[in-house]
Amino acid sequence: MRVDLEKDREFMLPASTAFIALSFLAAVTLAWLPWRGMGLVLRPDFVGLVLLYWCTHKPHRVGIGMAWVLGILVDVADASLFGQHALAYTVLAFGGLVLNRRVQMFNLREQSLHVFALLLASYVVYALVHWQVRGFVAWEYFIGVATSAALWIPLTHLLQALRHKRRDPNEL
Amino acid sequence: MEDTRTLRFFNRGPSAVARLVFFSVLSLFLLFVDARFKYLESTRQVIAVIIYPLQKLTSLPGEVWNGAGAYISLQRYLVADNAQLHQQHDSDAAQLQQLQVVQAENAQLRALLEVKQRDTYGVQMAQIAYIERDIFKRKLLLDKGTQSNVQAGQAVVDNTGVVGQVTRVYPWLSEVTLVTDKDIAVPIQVVRNGLRAVVFGSGNISELDLRYQPINADIEVGDVLVTSGMDGTYPPALAVAKVTSIDRDPAYPFARIACLPLAGVDRHRTLLIVSSVPPLPERPASEAEEQAPKRLKNKAKRSQP
Repeated sequence: MRVDLEKDREFMLPASTAFIALSFLAAVTLAWLPWRGMGLVLRPDFVGLVLLYWCTHKPHRVGIGMAWVLGILVDVADASLFGQHALAYTVLAFGGLVLNRRVQMFNLREQSLHVFALLLASYVVYALVHWQVRGFVAWEYFIGVATSAALWIPLTHLLQALRHKRRDPNEL
Repeated sequence: MEDTRTLRFFNRGPSAVARLVFFSVLSLFLLFVDARFKYLESTRQVIAVIIYPLQKLTSLPGEVWNGAGAYISLQRYLVADNAQLHQQHDSDAAQLQQLQVVQAENAQLRALLEVKQRDTYGVQMAQIAYIERDIFKRKLLLDKGTQSNVQAGQAVVDNTGVVGQVTRVYPWLSEVTLVTDKDIAVPIQVVRNGLRAVVFGSGNISELDLRYQPINADIEVGDVLVTSGMDGTYPPALAVAKVTSIDRDPAYPFARIACLPLAGVDRHRTLLIVSSVPPLPERPASEAEEQAPKRLKNKAKRSQP
Protein backbone atom coordinates (compact mmCIF):
# COMPACT_ATOMS: atom_id res chain seq x y z
CA MET A 1 0.00 0.00 0.00
CA ARG A 2 2.79 2.30 1.02
CA VAL A 3 4.64 1.51 -2.17
CA ASP A 4 1.58 2.36 -4.22
CA LEU A 5 1.28 5.69 -2.48
CA GLU A 6 4.94 6.43 -3.21
CA LYS A 7 4.44 5.62 -6.86
CA ASP A 8 1.35 7.77 -7.05
CA ARG A 9 3.24 10.62 -5.53
CA GLU A 10 5.98 10.23 -8.10
CA PHE A 11 3.46 10.87 -10.81
CA MET A 12 2.05 13.79 -8.86
CA LEU A 13 5.39 15.56 -8.49
CA PRO A 14 5.19 19.14 -9.65
CA ALA A 15 6.98 20.22 -12.79
CA SER A 16 7.47 23.83 -13.74
CA THR A 17 6.93 24.91 -17.31
CA ALA A 18 10.55 26.02 -17.46
CA PHE A 19 11.70 22.55 -16.43
CA ILE A 20 9.59 20.91 -19.12
CA ALA A 21 10.93 23.33 -21.73
CA LEU A 22 14.50 22.74 -20.57
CA SER A 23 14.09 18.98 -20.78
CA PHE A 24 12.89 19.31 -24.37
CA LEU A 25 15.76 21.63 -25.17
CA ALA A 26 18.21 19.10 -23.77
CA ALA A 27 16.60 16.30 -25.78
CA VAL A 28 16.73 18.31 -28.99
CA THR A 29 20.37 19.22 -28.34
CA LEU A 30 21.26 15.57 -27.79
CA ALA A 31 19.48 14.60 -30.99
CA TRP A 32 21.38 17.25 -32.96
CA LEU A 33 24.82 16.14 -31.84
CA PRO A 34 26.88 15.05 -34.85
CA TRP A 35 25.95 11.37 -34.82
CA ARG A 36 27.29 9.27 -37.61
CA GLY A 37 27.77 5.69 -38.75
CA MET A 38 26.86 3.13 -36.10
CA GLY A 39 26.10 5.92 -33.64
CA LEU A 40 23.38 7.17 -35.95
CA VAL A 41 21.88 3.70 -36.23
CA LEU A 42 21.88 3.25 -32.45
CA ARG A 43 20.86 6.82 -31.65
CA PRO A 44 17.82 6.75 -29.39
CA ASP A 45 14.96 9.06 -30.22
CA PHE A 46 15.65 11.50 -27.37
CA VAL A 47 12.90 13.92 -28.31
CA GLY A 48 10.36 11.11 -28.62
CA LEU A 49 11.35 9.69 -25.23
CA VAL A 50 11.12 12.98 -23.36
CA LEU A 51 7.84 13.68 -25.11
CA LEU A 52 6.50 10.30 -24.02
CA TYR A 53 7.69 10.91 -20.46
CA TRP A 54 5.75 14.15 -20.20
CA CYS A 55 2.73 12.73 -22.01
CA THR A 56 2.45 9.92 -19.49
CA HIS A 57 3.41 11.95 -16.40
CA LYS A 58 1.79 15.31 -17.12
CA PRO A 59 -0.86 14.57 -19.72
CA HIS A 60 -2.68 17.86 -19.26
CA ARG A 61 0.51 19.89 -19.67
CA VAL A 62 2.15 18.31 -22.69
CA GLY A 63 -0.07 16.97 -25.40
CA ILE A 64 -0.45 16.38 -29.07
CA GLY A 65 -0.09 20.04 -30.08
CA MET A 66 3.29 20.26 -28.35
CA ALA A 67 4.34 17.02 -30.04
CA TRP A 68 3.44 18.41 -33.42
CA VAL A 69 5.40 21.64 -32.93
CA LEU A 70 8.46 19.67 -31.76
CA GLY A 71 8.12 17.42 -34.77
CA ILE A 72 8.19 20.38 -37.14
CA LEU A 73 11.35 21.72 -35.48
CA VAL A 74 13.06 18.34 -35.78
CA ASP A 75 11.93 18.11 -39.40
CA VAL A 76 13.66 21.35 -40.27
CA ALA A 77 16.84 20.45 -38.41
CA ASP A 78 17.00 17.00 -39.98
CA ALA A 79 16.03 18.29 -43.44
CA SER A 80 13.37 15.61 -43.60
CA LEU A 81 10.02 16.25 -45.22
CA PHE A 82 7.81 18.80 -43.49
CA GLY A 83 5.45 16.91 -41.21
CA GLN A 84 7.28 13.60 -41.20
CA HIS A 85 8.51 13.77 -37.61
CA ALA A 86 5.44 15.83 -36.74
CA LEU A 87 3.17 12.98 -37.78
CA ALA A 88 5.26 10.37 -35.98
CA TYR A 89 5.34 12.42 -32.75
CA THR A 90 1.61 13.13 -32.99
CA VAL A 91 0.96 9.40 -33.03
CA LEU A 92 3.45 8.90 -30.18
CA ALA A 93 1.87 11.60 -28.02
CA PHE A 94 -1.58 10.19 -28.68
CA GLY A 95 -0.40 6.76 -27.54
CA GLY A 96 1.13 8.29 -24.43
CA LEU A 97 -2.05 10.20 -23.60
CA VAL A 98 -4.34 7.23 -24.11
CA LEU A 99 -2.15 4.86 -22.11
CA ASN A 100 -1.02 7.25 -19.38
CA ARG A 101 -3.36 5.86 -16.67
CA ARG A 102 -2.39 2.34 -17.61
CA VAL A 103 1.35 2.98 -17.69
CA GLN A 104 1.21 4.46 -14.19
CA MET A 105 0.12 1.09 -12.81
CA PHE A 106 3.26 -0.71 -13.88
CA ASN A 107 6.82 -0.62 -12.62
CA LEU A 108 9.58 0.84 -14.74
CA ARG A 109 10.58 -2.38 -16.45
CA GLU A 110 7.03 -3.07 -17.51
CA GLN A 111 6.66 0.53 -18.54
CA SER A 112 9.55 0.23 -20.96
CA LEU A 113 7.68 -2.55 -22.77
CA HIS A 114 4.79 -0.16 -23.28
CA VAL A 115 7.25 2.48 -24.40
CA PHE A 116 8.76 0.02 -26.86
CA ALA A 117 5.39 -0.58 -28.46
CA LEU A 118 4.52 3.11 -28.65
CA LEU A 119 7.91 4.04 -30.11
CA LEU A 120 7.64 1.22 -32.61
CA ALA A 121 4.33 2.67 -33.77
CA SER A 122 5.88 6.10 -34.25
CA TYR A 123 8.93 4.65 -36.05
CA VAL A 124 6.64 2.67 -38.33
CA VAL A 125 4.71 5.84 -39.18
CA TYR A 126 7.96 7.64 -40.00
CA ALA A 127 9.25 4.77 -42.14
CA LEU A 128 5.88 4.40 -43.89
CA VAL A 129 5.91 8.04 -44.92
CA HIS A 130 9.47 7.66 -46.13
CA TRP A 131 8.58 4.52 -48.05
CA GLN A 132 5.60 6.23 -49.68
CA VAL A 133 7.61 9.24 -50.79
CA ARG A 134 11.06 7.77 -51.56
CA GLY A 135 10.18 4.15 -52.17
CA PHE A 136 12.57 2.35 -49.84
CA VAL A 137 13.15 1.65 -46.16
CA ALA A 138 16.44 1.13 -44.35
CA TRP A 139 15.69 -1.66 -41.89
CA GLU A 140 18.48 -0.83 -39.49
CA TYR A 141 16.48 2.29 -38.69
CA PHE A 142 14.28 0.19 -36.40
CA ILE A 143 17.21 -0.68 -34.11
CA GLY A 144 16.62 2.78 -32.66
CA VAL A 145 13.36 1.57 -31.11
CA ALA A 146 15.21 -0.94 -28.92
CA THR A 147 17.88 1.54 -27.77
CA SER A 148 15.21 4.15 -27.07
CA ALA A 149 13.14 1.72 -25.00
CA ALA A 150 16.27 0.67 -23.11
CA LEU A 151 16.85 4.32 -22.27
CA TRP A 152 13.40 4.70 -20.70
CA ILE A 153 14.42 3.51 -17.22
CA PRO A 154 17.52 5.75 -16.83
CA LEU A 155 15.65 8.68 -18.34
CA THR A 156 12.72 8.31 -15.95
CA HIS A 157 15.07 8.04 -12.98
CA LEU A 158 16.96 11.11 -14.11
CA LEU A 159 13.90 13.28 -14.67
CA GLN A 160 12.28 12.09 -11.41
CA ALA A 161 15.45 12.88 -9.49
CA LEU A 162 15.64 16.34 -11.04
CA ARG A 163 12.03 16.95 -10.10
CA HIS A 164 12.56 15.72 -6.52
CA LYS A 165 15.20 18.33 -5.90
CA ARG A 166 12.65 21.08 -5.72
CA ARG A 167 10.80 19.43 -2.87
CA ASP A 168 10.47 21.16 0.45
CA PRO A 169 13.54 20.12 2.52
CA ASN A 170 11.47 20.13 5.74
CA GLU A 171 9.11 17.49 4.45
CA LEU A 172 9.42 14.09 6.07
CA MET B 1 1.57 21.64 -5.75
CA GLU B 2 -0.38 22.64 -8.78
CA ASP B 3 -1.19 19.14 -9.91
CA THR B 4 -2.81 17.67 -6.82
CA ARG B 5 -6.15 18.63 -8.29
CA THR B 6 -7.90 15.83 -10.10
CA LEU B 7 -8.11 15.91 -13.85
CA ARG B 8 -10.76 18.34 -14.90
CA PHE B 9 -13.67 16.42 -16.32
CA PHE B 10 -15.22 19.33 -18.11
CA ASN B 11 -13.95 22.05 -20.29
CA ARG B 12 -10.87 20.14 -21.44
CA GLY B 13 -11.01 21.23 -25.00
CA PRO B 14 -11.24 18.77 -27.87
CA SER B 15 -10.72 15.09 -27.08
CA ALA B 16 -7.42 13.35 -27.70
CA VAL B 17 -8.78 11.52 -30.71
CA ALA B 18 -10.01 14.78 -32.25
CA ARG B 19 -6.60 16.34 -31.71
CA LEU B 20 -4.85 13.28 -33.13
CA VAL B 21 -6.97 13.47 -36.25
CA PHE B 22 -6.49 17.23 -36.59
CA PHE B 23 -2.70 17.17 -36.26
CA SER B 24 -2.34 14.04 -38.38
CA VAL B 25 -4.30 15.63 -41.18
CA LEU B 26 -2.22 18.80 -40.82
CA SER B 27 1.01 16.77 -41.01
CA LEU B 28 -0.19 14.79 -43.99
CA PHE B 29 -1.20 17.99 -45.74
CA LEU B 30 2.25 19.48 -45.11
CA LEU B 31 3.87 16.25 -46.28
CA PHE B 32 1.86 16.28 -49.45
CA VAL B 33 2.60 19.92 -50.19
CA ASP B 34 6.30 19.51 -49.39
CA ALA B 35 6.78 16.31 -51.36
CA ARG B 36 4.79 17.33 -54.43
CA PHE B 37 5.07 21.08 -54.82
CA LYS B 38 8.08 22.27 -52.78
CA TYR B 39 6.16 25.37 -51.69
CA LEU B 40 7.49 25.38 -48.16
CA GLU B 41 11.13 26.23 -48.80
CA SER B 42 10.78 29.78 -47.46
CA THR B 43 9.04 28.58 -44.28
CA ARG B 44 11.78 26.04 -43.84
CA GLN B 45 14.41 28.75 -44.22
CA VAL B 46 12.77 30.93 -41.58
CA ILE B 47 12.65 28.08 -39.07
CA ALA B 48 16.19 27.10 -40.00
CA VAL B 49 17.41 30.60 -39.12
CA ILE B 50 15.59 30.44 -35.77
CA ILE B 51 17.15 27.11 -34.76
CA TYR B 52 20.57 27.93 -36.21
CA PRO B 53 22.07 29.08 -32.86
CA LEU B 54 21.01 25.86 -31.16
CA GLN B 55 22.47 23.78 -33.97
CA LYS B 56 25.68 25.75 -33.67
CA LEU B 57 25.67 25.05 -29.95
CA THR B 58 25.38 21.31 -30.47
CA SER B 59 28.41 21.20 -32.71
CA LEU B 60 30.43 23.26 -30.22
CA PRO B 61 31.78 20.37 -28.09
CA GLY B 62 33.18 18.66 -31.18
CA GLU B 63 34.77 21.87 -32.41
CA VAL B 64 36.30 22.61 -29.01
CA TRP B 65 37.65 19.06 -28.88
CA ASN B 66 39.18 19.37 -32.36
CA GLY B 67 40.52 22.84 -31.64
CA ALA B 68 42.10 21.71 -28.38
CA GLY B 69 43.59 18.70 -30.13
CA ALA B 70 45.15 20.89 -32.80
CA TYR B 71 46.43 23.32 -30.19
CA ILE B 72 48.26 20.77 -28.10
CA SER B 73 49.41 18.50 -30.92
CA LEU B 74 53.06 17.67 -30.53
CA GLN B 75 55.66 19.68 -32.38
CA ARG B 76 57.40 16.66 -33.88
CA TYR B 77 54.16 15.65 -35.55
CA LEU B 78 53.91 19.11 -37.01
CA VAL B 79 57.50 18.98 -38.24
CA ALA B 80 56.98 15.57 -39.84
CA ASP B 81 53.73 16.75 -41.34
CA ASN B 82 55.39 19.85 -42.71
CA ALA B 83 58.23 17.86 -44.27
CA GLN B 84 55.77 15.52 -45.91
CA LEU B 85 53.73 18.41 -47.26
CA HIS B 86 56.87 20.01 -48.69
CA GLN B 87 57.76 16.78 -50.44
CA GLN B 88 54.23 16.50 -51.78
CA HIS B 89 54.38 20.10 -52.93
CA ASP B 90 57.63 19.53 -54.81
CA SER B 91 56.36 16.50 -56.64
CA ASP B 92 53.08 18.26 -57.38
CA ALA B 93 54.98 21.27 -58.73
CA ALA B 94 56.81 19.04 -61.19
CA GLN B 95 53.55 17.57 -62.37
CA LEU B 96 52.03 21.03 -62.55
CA GLN B 97 54.78 22.12 -64.89
CA GLN B 98 53.94 19.27 -67.23
CA LEU B 99 50.26 20.06 -66.87
CA GLN B 100 50.82 23.63 -68.01
CA VAL B 101 52.59 22.43 -71.12
CA VAL B 102 49.88 19.89 -71.81
CA GLN B 103 47.20 22.49 -71.24
CA ALA B 104 48.80 24.91 -73.64
CA GLU B 105 49.17 22.15 -76.19
CA ASN B 106 45.56 21.12 -75.67
CA ALA B 107 44.34 24.68 -76.12
CA GLN B 108 46.33 24.95 -79.32
CA LEU B 109 45.01 21.65 -80.67
CA ARG B 110 41.47 22.60 -79.79
CA ALA B 111 41.93 25.90 -81.54
CA LEU B 112 43.28 24.07 -84.60
CA LEU B 113 40.27 21.77 -84.62
CA GLU B 114 37.92 24.68 -83.85
CA VAL B 115 36.44 22.90 -80.85
CA LYS B 116 34.94 25.19 -78.22
CA GLN B 117 37.39 25.81 -75.40
CA ARG B 118 36.67 24.14 -72.13
CA ASP B 119 35.57 26.69 -69.58
CA THR B 120 37.62 27.00 -66.48
CA TYR B 121 35.69 27.15 -63.27
CA GLY B 122 36.36 28.67 -59.90
CA VAL B 123 35.98 26.96 -56.58
CA GLN B 124 34.87 28.13 -53.19
CA MET B 125 36.03 26.46 -50.02
CA ALA B 126 33.46 25.45 -47.42
CA GLN B 127 33.56 23.60 -44.13
CA ILE B 128 31.20 20.76 -43.32
CA ALA B 129 28.93 22.14 -40.62
CA TYR B 130 26.68 19.18 -39.91
CA ILE B 131 26.30 15.64 -41.05
CA GLU B 132 22.85 14.41 -41.88
CA ARG B 133 21.17 12.84 -38.90
CA ASP B 134 18.67 10.92 -40.99
CA ILE B 135 19.75 7.37 -41.57
CA PHE B 136 17.81 7.18 -44.84
CA LYS B 137 19.72 9.92 -46.59
CA ARG B 138 23.24 10.75 -47.64
CA LYS B 139 23.44 14.46 -47.10
CA LEU B 140 25.51 17.01 -45.27
CA LEU B 141 25.40 20.71 -44.58
CA LEU B 142 28.15 23.15 -45.54
CA ASP B 143 28.73 26.48 -43.83
CA LYS B 144 28.28 28.64 -46.95
CA GLY B 145 24.85 29.69 -48.14
CA THR B 146 23.06 32.32 -50.18
CA GLN B 147 25.12 34.95 -48.33
CA SER B 148 28.18 33.56 -50.14
CA ASN B 149 26.41 33.20 -53.49
CA VAL B 150 26.01 29.47 -53.32
CA GLN B 151 23.22 28.26 -55.57
CA ALA B 152 21.32 25.01 -55.67
CA GLY B 153 22.70 22.78 -58.40
CA GLN B 154 26.38 23.55 -57.93
CA ALA B 155 28.73 20.59 -57.78
CA VAL B 156 30.75 19.86 -54.63
CA VAL B 157 34.16 18.22 -54.94
CA ASP B 158 37.16 17.35 -52.81
CA ASN B 159 40.75 16.88 -53.88
CA THR B 160 40.06 13.45 -55.39
CA GLY B 161 36.69 13.74 -57.05
CA VAL B 162 33.01 14.59 -56.97
CA VAL B 163 31.37 14.45 -53.57
CA GLY B 164 27.88 15.62 -54.44
CA GLN B 165 25.63 18.44 -55.43
CA VAL B 166 24.12 21.41 -53.58
CA THR B 167 20.42 20.66 -53.39
CA ARG B 168 19.05 23.27 -51.03
CA VAL B 169 20.41 26.62 -49.90
CA TYR B 170 19.79 28.40 -46.60
CA PRO B 171 21.09 31.89 -45.77
CA TRP B 172 24.23 30.57 -44.04
CA LEU B 173 24.15 26.90 -44.88
CA SER B 174 23.78 24.76 -47.93
CA GLU B 175 22.62 21.19 -48.09
CA VAL B 176 24.71 18.82 -50.17
CA THR B 177 23.32 15.54 -51.43
CA LEU B 178 26.15 13.06 -51.77
CA VAL B 179 26.62 11.04 -54.94
CA THR B 180 25.81 7.93 -52.92
CA ASP B 181 22.29 9.19 -52.16
CA LYS B 182 19.51 7.10 -53.62
CA ASP B 183 18.02 10.06 -55.50
CA ILE B 184 21.06 11.31 -57.35
CA ALA B 185 22.43 10.46 -60.78
CA VAL B 186 25.70 11.66 -62.31
CA PRO B 187 26.37 11.56 -66.06
CA ILE B 188 29.79 10.01 -66.56
CA GLN B 189 32.24 8.76 -69.12
CA VAL B 190 34.56 5.80 -68.85
CA VAL B 191 38.11 7.14 -69.09
CA ARG B 192 39.47 4.09 -70.92
CA ASN B 193 37.11 4.19 -73.91
CA GLY B 194 34.93 7.29 -73.54
CA LEU B 195 31.73 5.29 -73.09
CA ARG B 196 28.93 7.54 -71.85
CA ALA B 197 26.68 6.35 -69.03
CA VAL B 198 24.90 7.51 -65.91
CA VAL B 199 25.91 6.41 -62.44
CA PHE B 200 23.30 6.26 -59.68
CA GLY B 201 23.65 6.43 -55.92
CA SER B 202 22.74 3.25 -54.11
CA GLY B 203 21.86 4.69 -50.71
CA ASN B 204 24.86 2.81 -49.37
CA ILE B 205 27.76 5.02 -48.24
CA SER B 206 30.45 3.26 -50.27
CA GLU B 207 28.64 2.16 -53.39
CA LEU B 208 27.36 3.53 -56.67
CA ASP B 209 25.44 1.64 -59.34
CA LEU B 210 26.13 1.88 -63.05
CA ARG B 211 22.73 0.93 -64.37
CA TYR B 212 21.19 0.23 -67.75
CA GLN B 213 24.37 -1.07 -69.36
CA PRO B 214 23.89 -4.07 -71.67
CA ILE B 215 25.57 -7.30 -70.67
CA ASN B 216 28.22 -6.93 -73.34
CA ALA B 217 29.06 -3.31 -72.45
CA ASP B 218 32.78 -2.58 -72.66
CA ILE B 219 33.38 -1.95 -68.99
CA GLU B 220 36.01 -3.68 -66.91
CA VAL B 221 36.78 -3.89 -63.23
CA GLY B 222 39.11 -1.02 -62.38
CA ASP B 223 37.74 1.39 -64.96
CA VAL B 224 37.68 4.98 -63.76
CA LEU B 225 34.52 7.00 -64.36
CA VAL B 226 34.73 10.78 -64.77
CA THR B 227 31.98 13.36 -65.21
CA SER B 228 31.10 13.93 -68.84
CA GLY B 229 29.87 17.47 -68.26
CA MET B 230 26.99 16.66 -70.52
CA ASP B 231 24.19 17.89 -68.28
CA GLY B 232 25.62 21.31 -67.54
CA THR B 233 25.65 20.62 -63.79
CA TYR B 234 29.01 19.00 -63.22
CA PRO B 235 32.09 20.36 -64.95
CA PRO B 236 33.68 17.77 -67.24
CA ALA B 237 36.53 15.41 -66.30
CA LEU B 238 36.12 15.20 -62.54
CA ALA B 239 36.71 11.74 -61.13
CA VAL B 240 33.57 10.11 -59.77
CA ALA B 241 34.04 6.40 -59.20
CA LYS B 242 35.92 3.24 -59.94
CA VAL B 243 34.29 0.00 -61.07
CA THR B 244 34.67 -2.67 -58.40
CA SER B 245 32.55 -5.56 -59.59
CA ILE B 246 30.60 -6.57 -62.67
CA ASP B 247 27.92 -9.23 -62.64
CA ARG B 248 27.02 -10.26 -66.19
CA ASP B 249 24.07 -12.56 -65.54
CA PRO B 250 22.37 -13.47 -68.86
CA ALA B 251 19.06 -13.82 -67.00
CA TYR B 252 18.89 -10.04 -66.73
CA PRO B 253 18.83 -7.58 -69.60
CA PHE B 254 21.42 -5.33 -67.95
CA ALA B 255 24.72 -6.02 -66.28
CA ARG B 256 24.95 -5.24 -62.60
CA ILE B 257 27.94 -2.97 -62.11
CA ALA B 258 29.00 -1.74 -58.69
CA CYS B 259 31.39 1.19 -58.28
CA LEU B 260 33.30 2.72 -55.40
CA PRO B 261 33.20 6.52 -55.11
CA LEU B 262 36.69 7.97 -55.55
CA ALA B 263 36.12 11.10 -53.51
CA GLY B 264 36.14 10.84 -49.76
CA VAL B 265 32.38 11.03 -49.63
CA ASP B 266 32.40 10.24 -45.93
CA ARG B 267 35.74 11.81 -45.05
CA HIS B 268 37.21 15.34 -44.84
CA ARG B 269 36.03 18.46 -43.06
CA THR B 270 36.60 20.88 -45.92
CA LEU B 271 35.06 20.62 -49.36
CA LEU B 272 35.09 22.76 -52.50
CA ILE B 273 31.95 24.17 -54.09
CA VAL B 274 32.48 24.50 -57.82
CA SER B 275 31.08 27.78 -59.12
CA SER B 276 28.21 27.11 -61.44
CA VAL B 277 29.06 26.00 -64.92
CA PRO B 278 27.85 28.46 -67.59
CA PRO B 279 24.40 27.34 -68.73
CA LEU B 280 24.22 25.38 -71.94
CA PRO B 281 21.90 26.59 -74.70
CA GLU B 282 18.36 25.41 -74.05
CA ARG B 283 17.51 21.93 -75.19
CA PRO B 284 15.08 22.02 -78.11
CA ALA B 285 11.70 20.51 -77.29
CA SER B 286 11.08 17.24 -79.09
CA GLU B 287 7.60 18.27 -80.26
CA ALA B 288 9.07 21.34 -81.87
CA GLU B 289 11.19 19.27 -84.20
CA GLU B 290 8.75 19.58 -87.07
CA GLN B 291 8.51 23.32 -86.66
CA ALA B 292 12.22 23.77 -86.37
CA PRO B 293 12.97 23.59 -90.13
CA LYS B 294 10.33 26.29 -90.74
CA ARG B 295 12.00 28.62 -88.30
CA LEU B 296 15.32 27.94 -89.92
CA LYS B 297 13.84 28.80 -93.29
CA ASN B 298 12.41 32.03 -91.91
CA LYS B 299 15.79 32.90 -90.53
CA ALA B 300 17.43 32.09 -93.82
CA LYS B 301 14.92 34.28 -95.65
CA ARG B 302 15.48 37.13 -93.24
CA SER B 303 19.23 36.87 -93.53
CA GLN B 304 19.15 36.76 -97.32
CA PRO B 305 18.27 40.36 -98.16
